[in-house]
Amino acid sequence: MTPPLLALRERQVALVGNPNVGKSTLFNALTGLRQRVANFPGVTVDVREGSSARPDGLLRVFDLPGTYSLRPNAADEAIVAKVLLGPAGDSLDVLVVVLDATNLRRNLYLLSEVVDLGRPFVVALNMADEARRAGVSVPRQRLQDALGVPVVETVASTGEGVEALRAALDGARPATRVWRFADEALELQLSGCAAANPWESLRALDGHEGLREQEVAGRYAWINEVLLGADPEALAALRSRSERVDRYLLHPLLGPLTFLLIMGGLFQAIFSGAGPLMDGIEAGFGWLGAAFEANLGEAFGPLATSLVVDGVIGGVGSVIVFLPQILILFFFIGLLEDTGYMSRAAFLVDRPLRAVGLSGRSFIPLLSSFACAIPGVMATRTISNRFERWLAILVAPLMTCSARLPVYTLLIAAFVPDRSLLPGVGLQGVVMLGLYLSGIASAVFVAFVMSRSRKQRGRLLPLVVELPPYRRPSLLATLLKLRVRGGDFLKRAGTVIFVVSVVLWVLMTFPRQAKPAGMSDAEHQALSLRESYAGRLGHTIEPVVRPLGYDWKIGVGVIASFAAREVFVGTMGVIYSVGDDADEESMDLRQAMQNERDPETGRKVFSLATVFSLLAFYVFALQCGATVAVVKREAKSWAFAIGQLLAFLALAYCAAFVVYQSMCALGFG
Amino acid sequence: MCPSLADLSYGVRARVVSLTPHPSCTISLMELGIVPGAEVCVVRCAPLGDPLEVDVAGARLALRRNVADLVQVEELSA
Repeated sequence: MTPPLLALRERQVALVGNPNVGKSTLFNALTGLRQRVANFPGVTVDVREGSSARPDGLLRVFDLPGTYSLRPNAADEAIVAKVLLGPAGDSLDVLVVVLDATNLRRNLYLLSEVVDLGRPFVVALNMADEARRAGVSVPRQRLQDALGVPVVETVASTGEGVEALRAALDGARPATRVWRFADEALELQLSGCAAANPWESLRALDGHEGLREQEVAGRYAWINEVLLGADPEALAALRSRSERVDRYLLHPLLGPLTFLLIMGGLFQAIFSGAGPLMDGIEAGFGWLGAAFEANLGEAFGPLATSLVVDGVIGGVGSVIVFLPQILILFFFIGLLEDTGYMSRAAFLVDRPLRAVGLSGRSFIPLLSSFACAIPGVMATRTISNRFERWLAILVAPLMTCSARLPVYTLLIAAFVPDRSLLPGVGLQGVVMLGLYLSGIASAVFVAFVMSRSRKQRGRLLPLVVELPPYRRPSLLATLLKLRVRGGDFLKRAGTVIFVVSVVLWVLMTFPRQAKPAGMSDAEHQALSLRESYAGRLGHTIEPVVRPLGYDWKIGVGVIASFAAREVFVGTMGVIYSVGDDADEESMDLRQAMQNERDPETGRKVFSLATVFSLLAFYVFALQCGATVAVVKREAKSWAFAIGQLLAFLALAYCAAFVVYQSMCALGFG
Repeated sequence: MCPSLADLSYGVRARVVSLTPHPSCTISLMELGIVPGAEVCVVRCAPLGDPLEVDVAGARLALRRNVADLVQVEELSA
């Protein structure tokens, strides 16, 4: 009999550190490609998790969000506090405090807080090579002596020192408090506390006048001792390359100009790059549906086939089709973040955004929302001011996301004359641009009104954005981050859109209609829809949407859009009997819509007034179940999510009403 | 009466003397290294005059003027 294998030792490790210290690079170097976003055990927060198996055991590594302090200012920093301060942190065997050797003074602050937790830890002195080259001293030995735990120099970008760090994990142990209160009385009180660790003891002193200020001062006094007065010239030398770049990128004129160029290039890349991929994905799902119907259609019967083809495959396809745009946007945002440019962008746009109650920190969330509001809303976690974060979540869905594009494209191509206004400037393009600008304008308007209507106690929004030195981004790191973000999008958007798609399929399929002899398939499909629950609902709401210029058919399309906006196009395809595989480029669908006449009055249904009223409706309406779900999750309030949905619905209704009625008055009805 | 960080000319080094207490800002600023005794310097401002880029012991922070106003400094002679 062979002896049983030794049980593999499993150790749980969390990386803690300031933002921009190379923590994620170190995480990649420690874990390789085996990583995912998962719930941290015991707390419902998402944390990047990776693992690496070695002969000496399994290492499970958690990459906690970057934070400056364990007293959180923003939602993402709160994640760190929630993990480390609560009982959930007890499952962690080792904390790795990652310090940026080129910026030790500020980095040591967080370290001094982590020491107080009384948990076993080791220290990684990252970017030590860079610091040395510039002549900044790296007090590795002094730190190790002061703390009594291993302090390892690493260069995460090259993998240098990562093995040594792994080996040093065995030496992890808690350390005793390193800093003291300058005030002897306070110091005595603190050391006299019998709490589990100094962090808890500090809490016992809460309420003491000026306690926090004295605490921070005490920590910095220790830091100054350790650093023995850093050399300002060496620190300036460290900065000199970034400083030369910033002279252009933050220049009063060239700075904003470069910013606009970069953003223009970004959107160009998204729209020209994603088009072919999206077409390919659509074609792929069309083929999949057709293949299923052809090969398994008889075995499954018409009803089950329809559920699989229209509900499941169609529903999943309608989510995945947005992946190319979202991945391209995330790829560039990731690259810009890793180089350090995103904080410069926040610096440049802070003043304009401030006029509407936001700050530079809202820039990335709002930019992301041009692809999809879901990642945009999730990106608001880095906003420290509570009110600003709510405001950003509120207006993010007003940005023109990619799901609106198929609707805009269909309506514009079918009904806006293809006329040239100026050489090279077409009317259709101008309308499209106008829709984008309307989205931005409405967001500005809503943010402005909300920020004025509320008494702002915290008007001193401390825009504290660090401007880190520029660094060369790593393609691998950017791609790994992209995979994590893309997967997150699919999980969040996918589940909701999938469920709503199936529900809509049920509403549009039942009750079932027998096919009369001699009726074509397309006509039967249209009849089924008319008599279905969704069709009846459309008839019921017709009086409500009539003032907007819609008939029941458009009403059904608008209702179906609550799964995802682009579902409107496919629904129109079904209603107009051209088949549900119609897309926004479909000539059949365009013609069917152009020729559609009101059975009673004989007038065309899609007058220009109706078309623009529809466009106005889609600019404002929050027709996206997945966004509502994510808003609820991030704002932690159903009232907020539902209120936002209803408010934007009301806004959309009013806008469409005004557009339709005034255009009718002008003779476009 | 000391000048505030927002009053400093660009490129002039100064030492933090004190911070005006503010419920949401003071501690955040201190945690980032703007503590009494620390050396600071305003590097530049954003194109529209706000926010400021401030050097704190080699690290750069973007601070709004109204926040920088909370920080009293004394200039360091070169």
